[in-house]
Amino acid sequence: MEYINIVFLEVYKILFLLVPVLVSVAMIVWLDRRVWAFVQKRQGPNVVGPFGLLQSLADALKYIFKEIIIPSTSNKVIFILAPIVTMTLALISWAVIPFSATLVLADINVGILYLFAVSSLGVYGIIMGGWASNSKYPFLGAIRSAAQMVSYEVSIGVIIINVLLCVGSLNLNDIVEAQQNLWFIIPLFPMFVIFFISALAETNRPPFDLPEAEAELVAGYQTEYSGMMYAMFWLGEYANILLMCAMGAILFLGGWMSPIEVYPFTLVPGAIWLILKILLLFILFALVKAIVPRYRYDQLMRLGWKVFLPLSLTWVVLTSSYLFYFNLLPTN
Amino acid sequence: MIAHSIFFYTFSIIAVISAIMVTVSKNTVHSVFFLILDFISISCLFIMIGAEFLGMIMLIVYVGAVAVLFLFVVMMLNVAQQKNQWFASEASSKHIPVGLIISTIIFFELIIVIGGWKYKPDLFDINNTTNNFSVSNTHSLGQVLYTDYIHVFQLSGMILLVAMIGAIVLTFRKREGVKKQSYLKQISRERSEGVEVLEVETNKGVKIDD
Repeated sequence: MEYINIVFLEVYKILFLLVPVLVSVAMIVWLDRRVWAFVQKRQGPNVVGPFGLLQSLADALKYIFKEIIIPSTSNKVIFILAPIVTMTLALISWAVIPFSATLVLADINVGILYLFAVSSLGVYGIIMGGWASNSKYPFLGAIRSAAQMVSYEVSIGVIIINVLLCVGSLNLNDIVEAQQNLWFIIPLFPMFVIFFISALAETNRPPFDLPEAEAELVAGYQTEYSGMMYAMFWLGEYANILLMCAMGAILFLGGWMSPIEVYPFTLVPGAIWLILKILLLFILFALVKAIVPRYRYDQLMRLGWKVFLPLSLTWVVLTSSYLFYFNLLPTN
Repeated sequence: MIAHSIFFYTFSIIAVISAIMVTVSKNTVHSVFFLILDFISISCLFIMIGAEFLGMIMLIVYVGAVAVLFLFVVMMLNVAQQKNQWFASEASSKHIPVGLIISTIIFFELIIVIGGWKYKPDLFDINNTTNNFSVSNTHSLGQVLYTDYIHVFQLSGMILLVAMIGAIVLTFRKREGVKKQSYLKQISRERSEGVEVLEVETNKGVKIDD
């Protein structure tokens, strides 16, 4: 009986986390399209519901009622598994995101490693989809995106090391609390910029959306997908983008901390601050999509391996020597 | 404890079955996917015994990077067909004795290691290592790795570096006649050298010399 109670409590907590995440993913798609439209002096989706807020729900409804077409030459099990993997991986990572000092589903010791591991697993959804479609464009898209995501993961990992040097713990709550006096965006600003650009590449966002570059690859790994399966890819992609924004907010912008520790600001719950920071980063993501042209593939690889990796490694040396010389290394 | 053993047996059964499927399945790409499943369940087992750092590193390094490259190679070379032919052909029967010898050696090595661990625990200096449960797993691992075993650690790093350089040297080829883009040239191009505005007379046209 005790076990059943625990299980029900956990399921309740998980639903309490996942439902808002899914709803906000739908809303974030709308926001993305609106920002994109405003930059280009268009209106964007503004018909369904107030300000077009229900547009994503209408799209989802459309996808649900569409027929799912499975190509006859495809590898059916993996073909169906691919969007499920993408979606699941995008959602399980939210388990460790701290919304306040206590409001976190799983406060584990190695939270940041967990986030990093799950985001590095995200490449499998794309490879599986691209390979199982048994068609040229999806396969090319899948190979491109695998190479791209593996390359940019390396620099994200090194950037995380930079932050960890200043914190001395892998726990996400400890990382947030270490920024009590100074957000890491100030001492580690170049790392923040590199993290932001690498996050764009890691989530296959423009200007690095080569896996689905519609000018050359039709729709990349999503070419053969239709109906609900396509929608799952889509949801997973946006959930991953939100996750990267959350990671940026936690690593560099102080997570759930309020920007100023003064009376009226401290009343606002931490979750609100975290959501505001995620939104700020997401609007930056959307702006980049609207104003930057797509990279060529060789330029993308050069940027990842020859610019970001040496730069972030050098910064690791700089940070650790600075901390060591001024005796600031965290001890616990 | 019941939940603990349920999880343990679930993960270990998945690990064993997927390890068998790696060798048994006909399609090589499926083999790699089963290998990935195996890695994931083993990292779950690592996490269950409290070695969360090792489990996560296993996920990041093996599943996130190494297995992706495996998949790459298998998909690009189309090994799936080769494997089918190889199993059916005469050539495979020649390799069976060698394989048997190697697997017997590995089997006995495993027996020696596990038996020694069980009946003579002090053989491996397990008691000498500090078992400080007040600090986290990652912390204690770092303290051992960067103090007592720093030379071994650096040496393994050197070996990896040499392997990396070796791989680059082996695959590096200088090809002639390849069009290469110079990014510096591309970035430093200006409008004045790329665009020329001409006054064109009607019905005369303009002659472009290149």
